[in-house]
Amino acid sequence: MTLSSSWHCFKGILVREFLRFVQQRSRFLSALIRPLLWLIVFAAGFRAALGIAIIEPYETYITYEVYIAPGLCCMILLFNGMQSSLSMVYDREMGSMRVLLMSPLPRPYLLLCKMVATALISLTQVYAFLVIALLVEVEPPLIGYLTVLPALMLVAMMLSSLGLLLSTRIKQLENFAGVMNFVIFPMFFLSSALYPLWKMQEASEWLYWLCQVNPFTHAVELVRYALYSQLNTDALIITAGATLLFSAVAVTGFSPQKGNGRG
Amino acid sequence: MKLNKLLTPIAAAMLLTTSLAQAEIAYVSNEKDDSLSLIDLSTLEVIKTISVGQRPRGIIFSKDYSKLYICASDSDTVQVMDTTTHKIIATLPSGEDPEQFALHPDDVHLYIANEDDALVTVVNTQTHEVEAQIDVGVEPEGMAVSPDGAYAVNTSETTNMVHWIDTKTHELVDNTLVDQRPRHVEFNHDGTLLWASSEIGGTVSVIDVATRKIVKKLRFEVKGVHPDKIQPVGIKLTKDGKWAYVALGPSNHVAVVDAKTFEIDDYILVGRRAWHMTFNTDESLLLTTNGISGDVSVIDTKAHKAIKTIKVGRYPWGVVVKP
Repeated sequence: MTLSSSWHCFKGILVREFLRFVQQRSRFLSALIRPLLWLIVFAAGFRAALGIAIIEPYETYITYEVYIAPGLCCMILLFNGMQSSLSMVYDREMGSMRVLLMSPLPRPYLLLCKMVATALISLTQVYAFLVIALLVEVEPPLIGYLTVLPALMLVAMMLSSLGLLLSTRIKQLENFAGVMNFVIFPMFFLSSALYPLWKMQEASEWLYWLCQVNPFTHAVELVRYALYSQLNTDALIITAGATLLFSAVAVTGFSPQKGNGRG
Repeated sequence: MKLNKLLTPIAAAMLLTTSLAQAEIAYVSNEKDDSLSLIDLSTLEVIKTISVGQRPRGIIFSKDYSKLYICASDSDTVQVMDTTTHKIIATLPSGEDPEQFALHPDDVHLYIANEDDALVTVVNTQTHEVEAQIDVGVEPEGMAVSPDGAYAVNTSETTNMVHWIDTKTHELVDNTLVDQRPRHVEFNHDGTLLWASSEIGGTVSVIDVATRKIVKKLRFEVKGVHPDKIQPVGIKLTKDGKWAYVALGPSNHVAVVDAKTFEIDDYILVGRRAWHMTFNTDESLLLTTNGISGDVSVIDTKAHKAIKTIKVGRYPWGVVVKP
């Protein structure tokens, strides 16, 4: 595997993902509209509900919009990660996966390229979202837009490796609805994206623990702190650990033909 | 282990560099803790807590900042604290339940509102003697002295009036009717206008000092907050006459008002039950006491944003800044 061949391969995958992305304008819009609906409509109703305690990394009282913005950034990454798993299944069914895997480069590398490409495209959506969020006074410090970048990248990798892992388990395209119900929704709602965990703990101790073991919670916290130029070490360790674990399992279980990992 | 600040936000960094040289200290009276919290404005951290008389509310510095006068409401006295040693060096006869007071520009006469007795007591801070007691409306509360020293103004919470007292004769010369439960009065810096907040009425009346008539009544509306919770209390006006800040009590917001057009420009989210406020010396920061949440919010007056909220004692009430 030479440097030029691996770069060539990465570029090919990235361009393909990018083309697919720009050709599906509705996908870009829906990826943006979904979190914006939460931010503008949902948060409006909850505006007065929060702002009753100061939690790190915030230094003063914040509006609900400010609170949920990092969670919604991660929501974009979550949906895109899952979307890429869907496209894996699609590619497998259409046969384009075989074309990709004919490449002489090692399979884990090809999959890594695919994950990085997905992540990079997701990042553009996250930044577009953050720009629009300025309108509802979600105004992190300027430097935060830079410091959040590595955090977003790691979270995107974690979620696309999870998507990859799931794609090895999904046999058919139709099963994607199941992914929505059993992965995206529980992951999103059982996390600190919409409400701080101490609120969850007040309601129910076991729900709190479910949130705690959910890697998405730690991904959200990593992004939340990074957006204010702070490092949450616990969240970093857990997010990085989960990324490694998901990638390892996904790569070893990956099969270009069948979805059950045994093909 | 959620710590490790990598990079300080730009705003905080700028704040540090501008205020390091001055090292201003904010004094906050904690109504339920019988104490004062001292906040270093260069680090925005509490550096000291001092026990004082019972239920400290109104606090005010002498002109040279060497003394701090403290209304110890439940001790029925005004305490005088030496600001270098932080020891109480004297107590002044204040009448019963002093809550708010104002210092005359002569630096000698304190005008104290005695809530329970419907009186304003005038105390000489040099002789420690009561010079006059003036009958005003029921439950006097807000106190201010005009910049030229001609008028002392008091509000009475139940009579809903602003009482104008001639400081030479100690006579009540006029009353202005305002909305329900007037809490606080503040003169603008050239002394032409008086701003009076009405807590239950939910309004701020701007009164022309020459005619003593209301020229403008401000109403507030905070998105997502029930109108009943919008209760204006503390008022602060910038020296340049451009901005007015109104603390809106349990709505947990501070209103930013254009002091020339009387338009409301913005609302800033602070802690629970925003009560009184003060500027630092160059007016780059505005501090609010948040009674129920027990903290002080620091507002960047240029950005109109709260940049930090600092935990103090229980029920912080008054706040003043020593340069």
